[in-house]
Amino acid sequence: MDKAQQDQNAKYQQMVKEATPKPEHRKNIVLAFLTGGIICTIGQAVFNLFSKIEPTRMETTGTTQATMIALGAIATGLGFYDWLAEHGGMGAAIPITGFSNTVTAAAMEFKREGYILGMGAKMFVVAGPVLVYGILSSFIISFFWAVLTGTLL
Amino acid sequence: MVAFEKEGRTVDYLKAFLVGGTICAIAQIIYDNTKLTPAHILVAFTVVGAILGGLGIYESLAQFAGAGAIIPVSGFGNAIVTGMMSEIKRLGWEGLFTGAFEITGLGVTTAVVFGSLMAVLFRPKD
Amino acid sequence: MTQKRQGLQTISFDQSPRIISSATIAGPKEASSNLGSYIDRLVTDSMVGEQTPEKAERKLLYQACQDALAKTKLTEKDIHLFIGGDLLNQIISSSYSARDLGIPFLGIYGACSSIVEGLGIGALIVDGSYANAVLVATSSHYQASERQFRYPIELNIQHKSSNQWTVTGAAAAVVSNQGEGPRITKATFGRVLDYGIKSPNDMGAAMAPAAADTLCRHFQDTNTSPGDYDLILTGDLGSIGQKLFVRLVKEAGHTLGTKHMDVGAYIYKPEQGAGAGGSGCACSALGILGYVIKEMYQGRYHRILAIATGALFSPVSYQQGDSIAGIAHGIVIEG
Repeated sequence: MDKAQQDQNAKYQQMVKEATPKPEHRKNIVLAFLTGGIICTIGQAVFNLFSKIEPTRMETTGTTQATMIALGAIATGLGFYDWLAEHGGMGAAIPITGFSNTVTAAAMEFKREGYILGMGAKMFVVAGPVLVYGILSSFIISFFWAVLTGTLL
Repeated sequence: MVAFEKEGRTVDYLKAFLVGGTICAIAQIIYDNTKLTPAHILVAFTVVGAILGGLGIYESLAQFAGAGAIIPVSGFGNAIVTGMMSEIKRLGWEGLFTGAFEITGLGVTTAVVFGSLMAVLFRPKD
Repeated sequence: MTQKRQGLQTISFDQSPRIISSATIAGPKEASSNLGSYIDRLVTDSMVGEQTPEKAERKLLYQACQDALAKTKLTEKDIHLFIGGDLLNQIISSSYSARDLGIPFLGIYGACSSIVEGLGIGALIVDGSYANAVLVATSSHYQASERQFRYPIELNIQHKSSNQWTVTGAAAAVVSNQGEGPRITKATFGRVLDYGIKSPNDMGAAMAPAAADTLCRHFQDTNTSPGDYDLILTGDLGSIGQKLFVRLVKEAGHTLGTKHMDVGAYIYKPEQGAGAGGSGCACSALGILGYVIKEMYQGRYHRILAIATGALFSPVSYQQGDSIAGIAHGIVIEG
């Protein structure tokens, strides 16, 4: 790309920036806060419920997350979750219910290409990276933790 | 394992609401001010959760905020690393490879089962 | 032989090919849009009874072709060529419709500019007497485009203000040298311009330079100015792309004022939640073959310049970091 083209592109990108309306920052943040807060409050109720049954905090965490995942999947199936995300933004995406939504939405979408090569193959098209990088980063951290604390020596 | 609080109190709900809401609001600020897609942000929060978990910081937050720290996807990252470390303590090297799904396996399987069920029952709408 | 070329990029048709019939079909969201009353056939279910949006889009396209034919005395056998384009990979909506129509088929891809590309090519062929009648059609479908270019429908995505909503619908026209109807008098085929826009959320911005370039080139080639037209229509720049387009054209020395209308920015009402407006092959097609043609028959417009714009990219190209190029083709319709 020559210099003139680069200058023109830079100038145009400035124009685009000026022409694009700014996101409604304050409204978006408040809605994300409320949506995420409410989902976590529901999560707290589930957590309190399971804490009466489960023996350890670790197991309560697992069952709470799983229950919220199930609720997220159902809300997605009923077509409610994408509406929630359109307004709540990251308040709907960041909770574990949003992770569940990515799995269910992909499953619903790609079922049309068959259960094996469609739904089965593409179910984790968005959630896959979360698992992959969650595991990779945990692996590295745990490895160093284990070596540095002498747990594995 | 720290002492396990079994009783639900109103203040727990408030803390869950505030901390969970704040984590989501931070994500929203990132989304509105960068070109990152939601997938990038989900991955970033998971990784940050795992790192903070490995450093022992996230568990303190979870002790304080309960579901406010467990439910955001950073709590999922924390659950991966916590499971891994606890399995390393139990099994040694093997734990490094079996631990990822120690806590989260429940959630991942639930996602697969319910995701499939929903896909069979419903179809996407405009 | 008369001079059929004008200036650098413009073609002047002297046999005056006519749009002897046109038909439009669209989904429920379009039914309640600003263009609702201009659309011939409205369906209440965007899936039109089909299992997948791809099959639904195909059905819409085929129906539009049938409707356009039904308005003439012609049958499939009288149509010498079918020119079709759409957004789906390997333009399957058009090719499967062509299979069912049984008319010799030329598949085209100009992204959302396809309708004008098709009408332009159709006019060329008819003007050159290589065919008596040509069927031109394009289509797009919200769900089919979303899943191909963006994300699964039910995914938790908060759309950015610059996002555009793909129009669900199809439009078809018969271009012929026999019969009555508005004439296609000129065509200006555009160059592909790339100003380095990388985000698929900014499609209007990616297409605006191409639209401005084709418009200015047309004015220069034909020695005309905005005052010579009743309406200058652009396809699917949307509210942001439209602003950029007007500014670029102004920098080149032309003021459009109220002569300009962008179908993408116009089609949806603000409360319909379509971000920066409509997009897709059906957007410009409904604008030209629905709105413009109907208003021409009403006598509101006599000479219009329609410029349809397309964003040239694929999910693979933008994930590999390529910028999004734009294209725009223009035709003059007189009636």
